[in-house]
Amino acid sequence: MADTAFSGKSVPIKPKLSNDDWIMRGAMILIGLVLIIAIILPLYAMLSKSFEDSDGNFIGLANYVEYFSTPALFQSIYNSLSISVIATIVVLVTSFLYAYALTRTCIPFKKFFRLVAMIPLLTPSLLSGISLVYWFGNQGVAKELLFGESIYGPIGIVFGSSYWVFPHALMIVITALSIADSRLYEAADALRTSKIRTFFTVTLPGAKYGLISAGFVVFTLVFTDFGVPKVIGGNYNMLATDIYKQVIGQLNFQMGAVVSVVLLAPALLAFVLDRIVQKKQVALLSAKAVPLVPKPDAKRDMFFLGFCTLVAAVIIGMIGMAQYAALVKFWPYDLSLSLNNYNFDVMDGGGWDSFYNSIELGLWSATIGTVVIFFGAYLVQKGRGFEKGRGLFQAIAIIPLAVPGMVLGLAYIFFFNNPDNPLNFIYGTMIILVVVTITHFYTVSHLTAVTALQQMDNEFEAVSASLKAPFYKTFTRVTVPVCSPAILDISIYLFMNAMTTVSAVVFLYSSDTSLASIAVLNMDDAGDIAPAAAMAMMIAYTCLGARILHALLSRGIMKKTAAWRGR
Amino acid sequence: MADKEKYLRIQNVVKKFGDFTALKDVSLEIEEGEFICFLGPSGCGKTTLLRAIAGLDIQTSGQVFQAGRDISALPPSERDFGIVFQSYALFPNMTVSKNVAYGLENQKLEKSQIEKRVRELLETVGLPEQGEKYPAQLSGGQQQRVALARAIATSPGLLLLDEPLSALDARVRVHLRHEIKELQRRLGVTTIMVTHDQEEALTMADRIVVMNDGVIEQIGTPIDVYRKPECAFVADFVGHMNFMNGQVVESDRIQIGSQQLAAKTNGHKPGQAVQVAFRPEDLVAVEDGDMNNAISVNLKDIEFLGSFFRADLTGGDLGQSTINADFSINLSRRVNLEKGRELKIRVPADHIRLFPMEG
Ligand SMILES: Nc1ncnc2c1ncn2[C@@H]1O[C@H](COP(=O)(O)OP(=O)(O)OP(=O)(O)O)[C@@H](O)[C@H]1O
Ligand SMILES: [Mg+2]
Repeated sequence: MADTAFSGKSVPIKPKLSNDDWIMRGAMILIGLVLIIAIILPLYAMLSKSFEDSDGNFIGLANYVEYFSTPALFQSIYNSLSISVIATIVVLVTSFLYAYALTRTCIPFKKFFRLVAMIPLLTPSLLSGISLVYWFGNQGVAKELLFGESIYGPIGIVFGSSYWVFPHALMIVITALSIADSRLYEAADALRTSKIRTFFTVTLPGAKYGLISAGFVVFTLVFTDFGVPKVIGGNYNMLATDIYKQVIGQLNFQMGAVVSVVLLAPALLAFVLDRIVQKKQVALLSAKAVPLVPKPDAKRDMFFLGFCTLVAAVIIGMIGMAQYAALVKFWPYDLSLSLNNYNFDVMDGGGWDSFYNSIELGLWSATIGTVVIFFGAYLVQKGRGFEKGRGLFQAIAIIPLAVPGMVLGLAYIFFFNNPDNPLNFIYGTMIILVVVTITHFYTVSHLTAVTALQQMDNEFEAVSASLKAPFYKTFTRVTVPVCSPAILDISIYLFMNAMTTVSAVVFLYSSDTSLASIAVLNMDDAGDIAPAAAMAMMIAYTCLGARILHALLSRGIMKKTAAWRGR
Repeated sequence: MADKEKYLRIQNVVKKFGDFTALKDVSLEIEEGEFICFLGPSGCGKTTLLRAIAGLDIQTSGQVFQAGRDISALPPSERDFGIVFQSYALFPNMTVSKNVAYGLENQKLEKSQIEKRVRELLETVGLPEQGEKYPAQLSGGQQQRVALARAIATSPGLLLLDEPLSALDARVRVHLRHEIKELQRRLGVTTIMVTHDQEEALTMADRIVVMNDGVIEQIGTPIDVYRKPECAFVADFVGHMNFMNGQVVESDRIQIGSQQLAAKTNGHKPGQAVQVAFRPEDLVAVEDGDMNNAISVNLKDIEFLGSFFRADLTGGDLGQSTINADFSINLSRRVNLEKGRELKIRVPADHIRLFPMEG
């Protein structure tokens, strides 16, 4: 009875922080500060640069006025937009059909088709341009197919862009189409709904969000890509190539900054729209959903087998041509094979050193990046209290996804090349390349880590605390082993992107730190197209090797841990 | 107060999530060695209170004392408790032994000592042979025992259990109930268990804390909570209860339907409208014609529930209202329990409880 007889007032409590709390918050703030230095401050530096003249005086919107009164410049906005829209439509249709074939039909060789579709991820986007030159260029083998049109221009850009962004869209659409509840289809069947109608009332709406998301991804990738228009664009100007021309060609950094802002704006818009749309998405797959198992249908399967074969042939044709051209002695006059084009040391572009630099960059980015990103995600996801700080960190970690590589690279020039910046010393070194690469690919890695961490029981940390185990013990002994597949995924993602990226590093390499992807660009620029193809293929083989290693490691881990993963 | 400091004292605890107040000024004292159950409907704040005691989600205001120490603001790592969650939260990549040893390793014990203790613990929870298995290779009930062994490994002064049995199927649950209770008695560890299963609370607890909507409605032994609910909520939530609108007629008489009955009115004034409550199992079918405190009703429906029958009664003195009565199998052999027949039912005065009208 006396239990509730306290008369005291309720005393406000200020929780005392444990050592773990201090360390975790400290570490999170540290990583957060690094992120701010790596993304927010450079972007700010770039933005302010666009309001300055070449002597650094504030001149308001004068640069923008100049930009918009120069038709040659703002014509690029229209060019970039229209190319991106067309490529988006092309890729969405192709990837949807391809994904549909892989998930909803009974065609044979699905595994093969899936693997082939991933080939474009192995190379810089430059490669698709180079291949197109050999297929349809002035001395191309299939030039006649264009009926006199030139590949150097919109046609080439759309084709080349569609090739290299295809796997990005395909992965999203496959995921969307894999999530299907067969009960819906059975219901449609029971109601005698025609196949076409079922497609438009069940299939399409089910994949809607995936398609929208893929659309935004493709649009942004094409809109901000630099590699394809650089190689195959001819005189057709796009925003990304304009930045390059302004900065590298004319050393007009202010105008480069203005174009960057113009490039950033639609990319940001697409990013925000995508976020809004994804928020609306409700979980379509209830726990009770029954996965759809496609039934054979000869006519439909024939059609899709034909379609997939065609697409796969194009992809293999693209990479195959690059390989062939790399081995040919002197296109098109002496088609005998040799390894002459791999003699990179006698050409401009940094030689074999640039290849080794790339590997070094890949390894650094993969190791440091994985550690920092995973640990950061852990701190955000599993920290105790400090909601505001964690929310802010989460928000900052999303930003890099919205920032095109070129813009980030240029922003780094403005920020790190400033003699007043104490971090100026990293300019021109491998360090800045590692930093820009990790930053550029931060978000996707972060989200991968977050997803893996979310699947872990939230009470592990609570149990550990009650057992007086410090957080780092549980982190290393439980969190890391359980999340090891995701950690591997992050590291391979960072490695492959470090190998293939051009846009993020094109402004930042020095003669000592040239990279393989940059060598491709520069050799192509200098007219050494075959060596450029050869170098691009070296990148492809390296990425392929890394992928295979990754697959073996993953399988090994899965096998070793099968006992406790419960199959 | 002169009496000895209680083991755990929770004083005016308030927990807010933004604008929402999940705990509204909760106070509670727990003796050393007691087994306490927090019982209440979903969302009433049981887990919130448990997590405040553990320091996992520290209260907005109010204090918590454990063994005389003010632990109100301390992080979990500086408190003294073991905890078991509904999800078990066993480390999936560690064997059962490793899981149990996890807390012991932090106590700087020697390896052989740890091994010995782990063996003891696994024996205690009835899993002596399972040490080398991984959690995924065990059944739910076995996993729960491992979680329990891990929680008591470091001999904490307080054991916290958040719905430890609710993920298990019914038979295992009943079995584990006894085991947990037995273990707790043997160890003498002060224990708080959260549950929304009243049967669990009634069978296991020394005292039950019935919660609703962020406040404690009643604290008492299982028998008290069942027999002497202090409010309509507790009466309704614990066990099955018939409620009828009625009126106090005299200081020891009430009226329900068209009948007057003797009842203890506990301070309710004559003329006052009240809720009259009595349990189905307290109703007695009149077989000898003695109409003392009895009402006449019609048997509307009857349902076989295994060990007894539950009858829906209406009409007669009840008018439109319906009540339930439980009849034993024995009675059904003596009395014809045909649907539609008329019955006389005694409502023993001792078992009638009155509550103020709501609203
Ligand atoms: N982190 C939180 N943020 C906001 N509201 C919360 C949070 N945690 C709990 N609540 C709210 O506080 C109330 C009490 O929650 P609590 O988890 O304590 O309920 P419970 O009694 O344990 O219920 P159950 O039986 O469902 O576990 C609920 O209304 C819940 O929605
Ligand atoms: Mg709960």
